[in-house]
Amino acid sequence: MSATIDKTADEKPGDEKPSNEKPSDERILQTSPLKKLLSRPELGSVVGALAVFVFFACAADGFLNAASLSTVLYASSTIGIMAVPVALLMIGGEFDLSAGVLVTSSALISSMFSYQMTANTWVGAGVSLLVTLAIGAFNGFMLTRTKLPSFIVTLGTFLMLTGMNLGFTKLIDGTVSTKTIADMEGFPSAHDVFASTLTIGGVGFKVTILWWLGLVALASWILLRTRAGNWIFAVGGNQDAARAVGVPVAKTKIGLYMGVAFGAWISGQHLLFSFDSVQSGEGVGNELIYIIAAVIGGCLITGGYGSAIGSAVGALLFGMTSKGIVFAEWNPDWFKFFLGAMLLLATLLNTWVKKRAEATT
Amino acid sequence: MARFRTWAVIALAGTLSLSLSACSSTGGKRAEDARKAAAAQGRPAVNTPRWTFAMITHSGDGDTFWDIVQNGAKQAAVKDNINFLYSHDDQAQQQAQLVDAAVDKKVDGVIVTLAKPDAMKAAVARAEKAGIPVITVNSGSAESKAFGALTHIGQDETVAGEAVGDELNKRGRKKALCVLHEQGNVGHEQRCDGVAKTFHGTLQKLYVNGTDMPDVQSAIEAKLQADNSLDAVVTLGAPYADTAVKAKNDAGSKAEIDTFDLNAQVAAELKNGTLGFAVDQQPYLQGYEAVDLLWAYKYNGDVLGGGKPVLTGPQIVTKDQAAALAAYTERGTR
Repeated sequence: MSATIDKTADEKPGDEKPSNEKPSDERILQTSPLKKLLSRPELGSVVGALAVFVFFACAADGFLNAASLSTVLYASSTIGIMAVPVALLMIGGEFDLSAGVLVTSSALISSMFSYQMTANTWVGAGVSLLVTLAIGAFNGFMLTRTKLPSFIVTLGTFLMLTGMNLGFTKLIDGTVSTKTIADMEGFPSAHDVFASTLTIGGVGFKVTILWWLGLVALASWILLRTRAGNWIFAVGGNQDAARAVGVPVAKTKIGLYMGVAFGAWISGQHLLFSFDSVQSGEGVGNELIYIIAAVIGGCLITGGYGSAIGSAVGALLFGMTSKGIVFAEWNPDWFKFFLGAMLLLATLLNTWVKKRAEATT
Repeated sequence: MARFRTWAVIALAGTLSLSLSACSSTGGKRAEDARKAAAAQGRPAVNTPRWTFAMITHSGDGDTFWDIVQNGAKQAAVKDNINFLYSHDDQAQQQAQLVDAAVDKKVDGVIVTLAKPDAMKAAVARAEKAGIPVITVNSGSAESKAFGALTHIGQDETVAGEAVGDELNKRGRKKALCVLHEQGNVGHEQRCDGVAKTFHGTLQKLYVNGTDMPDVQSAIEAKLQADNSLDAVVTLGAPYADTAVKAKNDAGSKAEIDTFDLNAQVAAELKNGTLGFAVDQQPYLQGYEAVDLLWAYKYNGDVLGGGKPVLTGPQIVTKDQAAALAAYTERGTR
């Protein structure tokens, strides 16, 4: 990725607004809409997702039922809500290994605060939002102050949070899961917001799907239409060059980590309000799934390239594969193998399509 | 390249000669095949239609205990002409989604574990709304009825823990360690709390990462080294008993190792006195009965248990019974 802070590969297709920037080398070239489409980062994953969809539509009976697809979408949305901010963070050139357990932490804080203070559940959710954002800010602050790799910093946070989740839950509740808050004030409305099911044409769709699509839209707008989006691409592409031209690197990275924390808060509240109580030991390992979803969606591990829509397609691919295997009635012993093979194939297809696309532009 | 070829030839010759000259006349695959051939020919014993039952558990990957449950369920499925589907995930949200997937498939019966009851509530309700009978197994005896399941088949974990506490008293133990290998499993907490309830001595808890055996061993070892007055270690799963034995030997401790659940290794170690006792909850029955009772419900509207859980344990197994169980643990049904 070059050190330019202008967007090249990330123009919205069909966007014909004349830019007020000085015309320079490649951007005055008239490119056809098809070529523009081919240069999108998420194109490969879309092809991969279509391939997987067709595959399971043939291999698994019942996969094409509306109810089954709703289950697949729900499974995808629970990954996708986190994959969006994680993708942004990866475009900004960093990792967050604490994202998986942060979801559980967020749900635990919300539940225990409401219960112990006998407060309206919205108060607990608010406190949880503040604390979760603070943890995200801590990640970003540690990273920018210590100059340690994000891998190390967030690995530390991940382990600390895992311990704190269990330790605090045992300390406060005396067991490994929180007490139910389903009978408290504010629960019904919070349940509606975070965990309700919308019935469309006799099929129940979980509200998380809406949250997911909303986050994808928001993140796409930030990336493609705002100055902050430019900064994210810049710090991920080349941090030093970005700093040299006046991009607030530290602020951007802390903001990105807080974005992940915000996603974790939404996921955490969903966990809490759909299940009434939270298991303290969960969430470990999910951080890798979020990263995988982002990478399948076209994010580069090295940063500076990717898209929010891609992360959504990556999450959809993951959801289709994990549930498709069940619908296809394959032996669950091989589940992880199939999952790995599918993901590898999808990503290979993804890179192949991208290479072909670059060759034709 | 030439050197590589020489090595390849040597290696090939070596393996060939080894495999030809080193046949064991005891044990191994041949003995296992013979046993399998002698076992029942899998044919249905009924002429009911081929129903599909899905079992969804909270097991992690590659778990001995759930393997035995599956063996029971599969044998019952063969007998009852059932198409048996098994899936599992140790994260509550994923497990609930798997139940949803089974309901989407319009299966004829669902068997589910309620280790994380709150998380499973909506999914179980959805199954019942779709007219699919549900039987809960292994964990969730308290919630099963409220969720509208036909029956719960399993062991009351607190009662099992209390039985262990009594047995420890009988053996004159003073200070015991309870090793929990799955953080967040309510059933495990209940077991340790049950032990604490009836045990006259002091009980300490130790959390270990059950998916990482070396970690389990070093954690127990460190604990035994740090406190040499510990005279009993209770593990909550059969595979961990053997690890605890290794840890005890390395730490030079005198503690007696006792465990929940059985496997071949535990049966052998009970027999030679390495382990004190085991508490069995008969997982084979949990799988077998779940499928069989669903079949009976579909065929005849029968429900077992009269609204109370059907208990499959606890059964204390000591040196005296271990010999008889060896053959069963070998074939993976105890």
